[in-house]
Amino acid sequence: MKSKRIAIALAMIVALTMGAFAAPLRIAVIMPSATTDMAFSQSMWSALVTIQKEMGGESALQLKYTDNMWNVPDAAAAIRDYASQGFDIVIAHGSQYGSSVQDIAPDFPKTTFAWGTDVNTFGLPNVYAYTAAAEQGGFVNGVLAARLTKSKKIGVTGPIEVGDAKTYIDGFVQGVQSVNKAIAVSKTWTGSFSDVALMTAAAKTHIANGADILTGSSQSVVGSIGAAKDKGGVLWFGTQADQASLASALVVASQVYDWTGMLREIVAQHKAGVLGGKTYVLTLANGGLKMAFNPAYKLAPAAKKAADDAIAGISKGSIAVQP
Amino acid sequence: MKGMLSLNVLTGILNSMIALATPFLYAAIGETFAQSAGVVNLGVDGIMLLAGFAAFFVALTTGNLWLGLLAAIGVGILMGLVMSLVSVTLKAEQGVSGIGLYMFGLGMSSLLFKVLIGTVKTIEGFKPVSIPFLSQIPYLGPILFHNSVLVYGAFLLVPLSWVILEKTSLGLKIKAVGQNPAAADSLGISVVGIRYFAVCLGSALAGVAGASLSISLLNLFQDNLTSGQGFIAVALVYFGGWSPLGVLAGSLLFSAVNSIQLWMQVLGVNLPASVAVMLPYILTILALMLSSNRARQPAALNKPFDRSEN
Amino acid sequence: MPASGSDLVKGDKPASTFDWAKVLLNGALPLAGVVIALAIAGIFLALLKTDPMTAYAAMVNGALGSTFGLTMTLVKATPLLLVGLGICIAFRANVINIGAEGQIIMGALAGAVVPISMPNAPGWFLITAACVAGFASGALWGFIPGILKAKMRVNEILSTIMMNAIALQFMNFLLQGPLMDPENIKRGTFLAQSARIPQQAWLPRLVPQTLLHAGLILAILLAIVVYIFLWRTTIGYEIRAVGLSPDASRYSGISVPFNVALSLTLAGGFAGLAGVVEVIGVQHRLMDGLTSGYGFTGIVAALLGGLHPLGLIPASIFFGGLLVGADKMQRAVQIPSALVTAILGMIVLLVSGAGIWARRWSAKRLAGGRRTAGGGRSAGSGRSAGSGPTAGGERATEAH
Repeated sequence: MKSKRIAIALAMIVALTMGAFAAPLRIAVIMPSATTDMAFSQSMWSALVTIQKEMGGESALQLKYTDNMWNVPDAAAAIRDYASQGFDIVIAHGSQYGSSVQDIAPDFPKTTFAWGTDVNTFGLPNVYAYTAAAEQGGFVNGVLAARLTKSKKIGVTGPIEVGDAKTYIDGFVQGVQSVNKAIAVSKTWTGSFSDVALMTAAAKTHIANGADILTGSSQSVVGSIGAAKDKGGVLWFGTQADQASLASALVVASQVYDWTGMLREIVAQHKAGVLGGKTYVLTLANGGLKMAFNPAYKLAPAAKKAADDAIAGISKGSIAVQP
Repeated sequence: MKGMLSLNVLTGILNSMIALATPFLYAAIGETFAQSAGVVNLGVDGIMLLAGFAAFFVALTTGNLWLGLLAAIGVGILMGLVMSLVSVTLKAEQGVSGIGLYMFGLGMSSLLFKVLIGTVKTIEGFKPVSIPFLSQIPYLGPILFHNSVLVYGAFLLVPLSWVILEKTSLGLKIKAVGQNPAAADSLGISVVGIRYFAVCLGSALAGVAGASLSISLLNLFQDNLTSGQGFIAVALVYFGGWSPLGVLAGSLLFSAVNSIQLWMQVLGVNLPASVAVMLPYILTILALMLSSNRARQPAALNKPFDRSEN
Repeated sequence: MPASGSDLVKGDKPASTFDWAKVLLNGALPLAGVVIALAIAGIFLALLKTDPMTAYAAMVNGALGSTFGLTMTLVKATPLLLVGLGICIAFRANVINIGAEGQIIMGALAGAVVPISMPNAPGWFLITAACVAGFASGALWGFIPGILKAKMRVNEILSTIMMNAIALQFMNFLLQGPLMDPENIKRGTFLAQSARIPQQAWLPRLVPQTLLHAGLILAILLAIVVYIFLWRTTIGYEIRAVGLSPDASRYSGISVPFNVALSLTLAGGFAGLAGVVEVIGVQHRLMDGLTSGYGFTGIVAALLGGLHPLGLIPASIFFGGLLVGADKMQRAVQIPSALVTAILGMIVLLVSGAGIWARRWSAKRLAGGRRTAGGGRSAGSGRSAGSGPTAGGERATEAH
């Protein structure tokens, strides 16, 4: 009937206008390093910016950030402050923020807290925890590296043997060994996440020792890529972010942390009234971890197939990678 | 451990050592000038960062590496002027003003990096240049005589600065001002002028140290690129007994042990990585303990000069 | 640098507690320095299209405008005060302690290891043991450079900078291995953190739902203790004597090397205590990055406090407020935290330069006022009193 149609039309108009005037969703993120680090913090920040664009910009999603929060009490103050300002979702992007989230979340039952990289939600209904199974991409990189190395020597330049730097590298070594146990993988740790000069020297040392493939983790790894570029002919495998822009012909593949899927789900859940209580693990299977193959590097089809098989195997569960 | 003694390893250690020592040489020799005139500048790391960024940014946007180097020197001198103003004219507590300068340089370089560039980029920095004949010497030639101009500059700075400090009247004035400013003042030497000069020279060299990282050795800029190397450079001044030759010894020792510990890790020597990383620091202390050189520090170091008190 | 000759008379009350004008000036000038720095910083803010007034209003609001802000100020003031006390003692012996970063780490290590290894011991025991152990480890870390300087004339700036790095790597080693939280290993996250310390070892919170903990009270009490130590005990007197005039001290039989080593040891102990207090009071576990630069900001706080233990109390609260306010400003106007660091650096630069006016002013006052006994350095009252073959050009001293 006409009146029914008018009623529906009116309802739709009301719904649309309400939608248009709906207050933007507000997300705050606290990070331990700079958003430009081409590693951990940058991966989350760029994911948030992507989500913001998807949702329609500032009017739909308001983003605020606090970076370089390596001091835990300062981060706790920031988390509490953003929560008390009424932010809908507060992301504490750093493993050191766990106790702070545990303390603060109960005081703000209407706020969603997400923190990582860890798997503990403390049993709180408004806390999400997230982590990345970095060892998976490490395994895939390792498989490729084992197939591409001619000198049968691979170098790993790491910062400190903790966190996802450790799990990535452990996965990498497993990947190499699954192809050829005779390949020598040697590891160096510089004891710092930021010392680029020492990381460069470490990379050069591996190269001088005969390594023709390098990998590693942390923001200082840009130095290793530089060393590979300097020498020429040394290939690089990256993690946490797509590092192809730094040495286009030499970067074979990077494991990219793609937080967007998780973020979309958290946002949708929040709008539906679910504030937490779940742990997210970025894996190859759920698309949180993506292997970015550098188009500028001509990867032999056989090698590509091996990598794809590894991805499939890990996703299916037929290949088990130990963190 | 036997693998450590192979020729390949030894040449590798030498190579890394030279690259690692370069920024230390510039910054520490610069600081030697400043301290010889009686001023402690703890802000060296901040100067290296801001000047290193300036060099990188200018080189990135203009494509001219020498302009970048000039920018680094300019930033260094500017920061040196600030340090001199605060520490010499305003007679601030030098340890504290240095820390303030460090924080400023650290923050400013990160801020400008974020705002002006936004993500890590690489450039084509100063390429290695072979010195004819010398670079053909077997084994040592390619290591010692195939380096970028900034590396050569760092090592040439050692004898050059030694000559300036020991053999020129300028050097004499600098040291006089650092040892006995009252006497120097009564002889007509401008204590303030010399101190300003020495601090700015030191900062300019710290600027070159930063540039050596961003446009020669690493060819990129990243947040907190120096990671505290400026403080090590200041420490090396004390190790070197305020002499450029001593600073050279200290820089080489520290860098050599760093290179060796990396090789030890690569070759799989059974030593925890953290312990390996500690070695350069431990050995530097040990070396100073065992050395018999006990230069007296400039007597007026860290003491501002006020003519009205004399 | 340390005070005038009148200080050398044992048992004498330091002038500053009665010289209110001086105290006010010492307080007002740093403030002036802050204001000038913020004005300059305002230019940078404007360039970033941020309204400086909004930014600075947020800064003040952050530090003072809420219970939480005030308690955060005090939380930050606590380690600043503790580290600053140590710096103060060392400065009195004319030794600059740059090793606090490493000493904090060593103290924090003890502060974490003691409770974790004895999870069933009573709280009062764990807290006391942790504090003692932390003080001792920090003191050890100050003792080593101290003895190296005293016996082998190894420069303390060199040794402390090296010891900082060694302590950091030592902590890394422990966190990667024996101290890593078994929970993290089980979950496969391998974070650089120790296990949580048992709850009974946590310092009681003074205000619920904030981070303010009893460590503040301990720090304030210790400030009074240090004051008494420096001005009311023989050892304290000797430390100050060595700082004021090494040669006169030697003539009086006071051992300069011993007191230098002692002052560095004590300075290390206080820094170590700051580390313990951060672990058992705030973070409740040991993790990477816990020093937060307090080893350096503590030096700034010490100077703001006039190198006097009692002056350090307001100075560390002021500086803590500055840090808290700056963080709030970052959140409110969304400037990169790098700008906050740069602004803090400018403040430190200008505040350190502001001291000259205090000295000039007090020098003028003293020139007309009392003369000091020989053996000290007098402020602007003509030639410096003969005190041995020291270099000329010693700075006008503040009459504390």
